[in-house]
Amino acid sequence: MMAEESRKSRPRFKKRSLLYSDSRFGRFRRWREKLIELLLFLSAFASVAITFMIGFILIVESIEFFKVVSIWEFLTDTEWTPLFAEPRYGILVLLSGTVVTSFVALAVAIPIGSIVAIYLSEYASSRVREAVKPVLELQSAVPTVVYGYFALLFITPLLQRLNDEIPGFNMLSAGLAMGIMIIPYVSSLSEDAMRAVPMYLREGSYAMGATRLQTALKVVFPAAFSGITAAYILAISRAVGETMIVAIAAGLQPNLTFNPLDSASTITSYIVQVTLGDLPHGSIGYQTIFAAGLTLMCVTLFFNVLGHYLRRRFREIY
Amino acid sequence: MDRVDHIVRRSRFFDAFFAVVGGLILVAVLIVLFVLIGDLFYRGFDRINWQFLTSFPSRFAERAGILSALVGSILVLIVTAVCSIPLGIAAGLYLEEYAPKNRLTALIEINISNLASVPSIIYGLMALGLFVYKLNLGQSILAAGLTLGLLVLPIVIVTTREAIRSVPQHIREAAFAVGATKWQVVRDHVLPYSSGGIMTGVIIALSRAIGETAPLVTIGALTFISFLPSPPLTPEPPFISFKWLMDPFAVLPIQMFNWISRPQEGFHVNAAAVGVVILIITLGMNAAAILIRWRFRRRIKW
Repeated sequence: MMAEESRKSRPRFKKRSLLYSDSRFGRFRRWREKLIELLLFLSAFASVAITFMIGFILIVESIEFFKVVSIWEFLTDTEWTPLFAEPRYGILVLLSGTVVTSFVALAVAIPIGSIVAIYLSEYASSRVREAVKPVLELQSAVPTVVYGYFALLFITPLLQRLNDEIPGFNMLSAGLAMGIMIIPYVSSLSEDAMRAVPMYLREGSYAMGATRLQTALKVVFPAAFSGITAAYILAISRAVGETMIVAIAAGLQPNLTFNPLDSASTITSYIVQVTLGDLPHGSIGYQTIFAAGLTLMCVTLFFNVLGHYLRRRFREIY
Repeated sequence: MDRVDHIVRRSRFFDAFFAVVGGLILVAVLIVLFVLIGDLFYRGFDRINWQFLTSFPSRFAERAGILSALVGSILVLIVTAVCSIPLGIAAGLYLEEYAPKNRLTALIEINISNLASVPSIIYGLMALGLFVYKLNLGQSILAAGLTLGLLVLPIVIVTTREAIRSVPQHIREAAFAVGATKWQVVRDHVLPYSSGGIMTGVIIALSRAIGETAPLVTIGALTFISFLPSPPLTPEPPFISFKWLMDPFAVLPIQMFNWISRPQEGFHVNAAAVGVVILIITLGMNAAAILIRWRFRRRIKW
């Protein structure tokens, strides 16, 4: 059957004589291939264009802002009252809120996340691990506005029962909710990194008489350090950029304080507060949110670059 | 001998200690998660009824509903899907199947992993400057959908790449060997075999878009909206209308945010109820994604 068919088609092929790829259909096909490759390339390149647009918009609007306010004043002033009659623009005020809430969140998420990761990777049976991991990953599907609800209407009343001087809006409950939100990121990524450490390193350690804890802390953890760093850096940028939880639970007054029991505004919650109102496009108040956004972008970019450097510095090759 | 004994006993003690403490902390984390979600359901579940789903927001908590927010969320999600799915899959395909190993490819890859860690509110600022004012889309469903589309694009790209990478090389080689062009290999083999993984990624990306609040607040979503966008289907020809793209909108998480920020207890119950609706949607989508991944893994064996 096959042979018959090919014998039938052979003369036709000969009549066209030239190589298949030179026929009209072949040329169409090559042209189509090129076009498709170009389209796919443009789609991939779109991500670079998005980054470019983000940088462009932030910088252009911030330049307008810095024409009015000097960078020195922006970085050193200790008041943030851009919408008052006598405006003051000290980003430190917002930065302090971001630092405090992030610090509380990381103080919760990094130790607990790491312990959970070590437990899941080195102690738990594979059945427990297979059951727990999807649940932890589902936790990251919970939207942040829901965590904001928890912070304001669950954690804050709980804290107020312990100490009734705590105000209704405070950075502690926002930070705690953020910490709970970030735990799965830390534990899941760190666990992946620790599971990737080859078994023979552990076996070598066990053969020397080390316990599981000693192996986990002195062999596996250092060997997986590059991946664990990546998890910590992701946790930091999540905490710094988190918006809804702090906008809901930390209060919206700019306040230069490092006491987590105070209420304060962060960079992100300030942006939310301004855009909820009705600021005219092009006014200085409108431009402040871009300057604040640029600051936030610089902070996350700093941590990303740091993470990149640390990952490379501590990468272990087996 | 005694000292060695002492050391062994001490390290054994710490080992057992950590086994207990680590297990307890893990259980505590899971309990906190279930308590938080359980509390939300306890407070809000009873409030969900037909009236709640089909009413517009109101000054009175008992009469308020989420109709406009629900419709807004669905319409925004449609725009997000239309913009992010083709772009993300195409980008993933290019990077896995076509991209040469050069500086440009490396730049694109680093860029995508960095985009994934940009805070979502920054996307909101970019959209406010670009879509709302420079492109004059206004505070519309289109602008919101595009914003979320760009936001979830890295997720679609990364999961597409993972799915494509799991298609074994010998499948491609067999197709090339019978004279298929690159695009034919991709269209007839790589894409169908990786479609399960790609679908999983797309669903997870869209479930993230549903819960995303901050960028939409930034571009100016409304919180009190008592009308529906213009209908996509019209009685006169051409029957399909795209006017809804330019209409103002509200979405579920912003409705929730708005109700949380009010002092009255009744609105907090409403907020919990919206939270339950959002959670049911996002967790349902994630469960569907897990199910799809599991089904495909079972059906295809290399």
